[in-house]
Amino acid sequence: MVTNNPILQMFARSPFQPMQEHIAKAHACAIQLIPFFDAVMAEDWEEAAKVQHTIAVLEGEADTMKKEIRMNLPNSIFLPVPRTDLLELLRMQDKIANRAKDIAGLMLGRKMSLPKQIQPIVAEYVRASLKTSGQALTALNELDELITAGFRGHEVEVVEQMIHDLDDLEHDADEMEREVRSALFEVEKELNPIDAMFLYQVIRWIGDLADKAQQVGSRLQLLLAK
Amino acid sequence: MSIIAEYGSILVIMACVFGFFMAWGVGANDVANAMGTSVGSKALTLKQAIIIAIIFEFAGAYLAGGAVTATIRKGIIDPAILSGTPELLVYGMLSALLAAGIWLLIATAMGWPVSTTHSIVGAIVGFAAVGISVDAVHWAKVGKIVASWVVSPLTAGFIAFFLFRSVQKLILDTEDPFKNAKKYVPMYIFLVGFMISMVTFTKGLKHIGLNPGFANSALISIGIAFLTMLLGIFMLRNIKAKTEDDRDYHFASVEKVFGVLMMFTACAMAFAHGSNDVANAVGPLAAVVGVVGSAGEVAQKSAMPVWILLLGGAGIVAGLVMYGHKVIATVGNNITELTPSRGFAATLAAASTVVFASGTGLPISTTHTLVGAVLGVGLARGLSALNLQVVGTIFVSWLVTLPAGAFLSIVIFFTLKGIFS
Repeated sequence: MVTNNPILQMFARSPFQPMQEHIAKAHACAIQLIPFFDAVMAEDWEEAAKVQHTIAVLEGEADTMKKEIRMNLPNSIFLPVPRTDLLELLRMQDKIANRAKDIAGLMLGRKMSLPKQIQPIVAEYVRASLKTSGQALTALNELDELITAGFRGHEVEVVEQMIHDLDDLEHDADEMEREVRSALFEVEKELNPIDAMFLYQVIRWIGDLADKAQQVGSRLQLLLAK
Repeated sequence: MSIIAEYGSILVIMACVFGFFMAWGVGANDVANAMGTSVGSKALTLKQAIIIAIIFEFAGAYLAGGAVTATIRKGIIDPAILSGTPELLVYGMLSALLAAGIWLLIATAMGWPVSTTHSIVGAIVGFAAVGISVDAVHWAKVGKIVASWVVSPLTAGFIAFFLFRSVQKLILDTEDPFKNAKKYVPMYIFLVGFMISMVTFTKGLKHIGLNPGFANSALISIGIAFLTMLLGIFMLRNIKAKTEDDRDYHFASVEKVFGVLMMFTACAMAFAHGSNDVANAVGPLAAVVGVVGSAGEVAQKSAMPVWILLLGGAGIVAGLVMYGHKVIATVGNNITELTPSRGFAATLAAASTVVFASGTGLPISTTHTLVGAVLGVGLARGLSALNLQVVGTIFVSWLVTLPAGAFLSIVIFFTLKGIFS
């Protein structure tokens, strides 16, 4: 009886709810970088390993969700937005979690301790970068409202403002990246050259995370533009 | 001739039983589709939906069901050919009723989405073409009915698309959707009231002896629509925007306004459904009663006895109360995609299509009209996802139901002929 009704069967499972759950998971994964960096700065490697494990688990969950969504989005589904754009958005969301896992994995693997002098600015930089993924989550939470409004009108302006704010946040993170680089440059001579190289790598990846969040915003904008 | 004189009362009683059985099937199955969107969008509770369905299905059947009944009764087959052998028409209509009723029961048990209209049309065409002669069938009329199965979902989809677009433009896409909802929703309520009363007055009231004419009908309809609107405004008065409800979903308060509108469209839908689908059950019944009542004369024109429409209405209500509530509950609990604003557009579009089809005497399928309407809302990008494969399934069910109804009715026809002759 449950699915025998033709009217009922027409309503395919909405992919938008899972999309929102996925970005929430990706952000939950990225936000773990804050306790992770706290642990690294305290050189508490046991704690850092624990947090890194959490990140890896969350990233795995996000990955599973991504595959689920892809599997459950067959061609016959009639969506209000192009299917390819939705899949592209999903890919970008997933990259946020991937990047967070890369950062934690590399730092734990090499037991990279951060020079005391640059610790405050790095902590600030990490938070600035995570603000972007938080903003991406906020914007994605508007998907329900966008469907009701048929991806038109006032609601589109609301979301476009959110995406605009996301761009600003990414720009801030970019600025911070430059500052962190020059702070690191000041102290790099005191460091082991290979450690310094990898530190630059980590700094780039943190900026990358903000980039991915911004790209989530621009994919969302593609959904609005049609 | 003697057969009808001899067995007249038995045949009428059989027709009543079969007709009631068929109407029961309509109530048990089809009403769920009509009311499902209202319950699914959480605009109505299950109890409210059943009460609305009982009142308005009955009213629709009684007030506006006449025109379609005529089509089913004498539009598909040519009564003139049967003037020499009226008992064949009686057997045929009895078998059509029983065949359609049985097919509905089988399909429900197997979970196939079939239409009551398809079943009865298939059954009538079946016994007429095989049991009597191929020429007995008005093939042009059948062609029109078949065409309506394509036209009606398209029409409903078209109306639903523009209704939802107008809702988007006037209410959802604005700075203050809540304020605009309160402003424009009464107008939609006016539209619902006008449409229903217009069809009732122009097409439905003939058989109870009233015929106010087009201009008068329009005036009275405007009056009734205005009263309906006032009732709507009265009901909207207590709805206030609540910030805490709107936190997760900004349109939560707006949808509450649409919930009121949905009550009116649910009434319209039940009315439309009653006016069109009750005819499937009572049309053949009326034909049998007409033949027996005139002692075997196949009348070209016979008045529709009121008690027959009442019997059909009662059958629908009985089916709904005994069985339909389960189906509505299932549909209602599973359609989470529908909000009142979307459900309103789909339901009103479907109701309008069915009401106008009833007015012109075309028996169309409520289920498929509703499917067309839902697709229309989807096309306006108002739904998050629709499964187009289901549309294919529905087409298959169209193809299957006609021959199935025809086959069953042919078998029953020859059995009856064997028993009585």
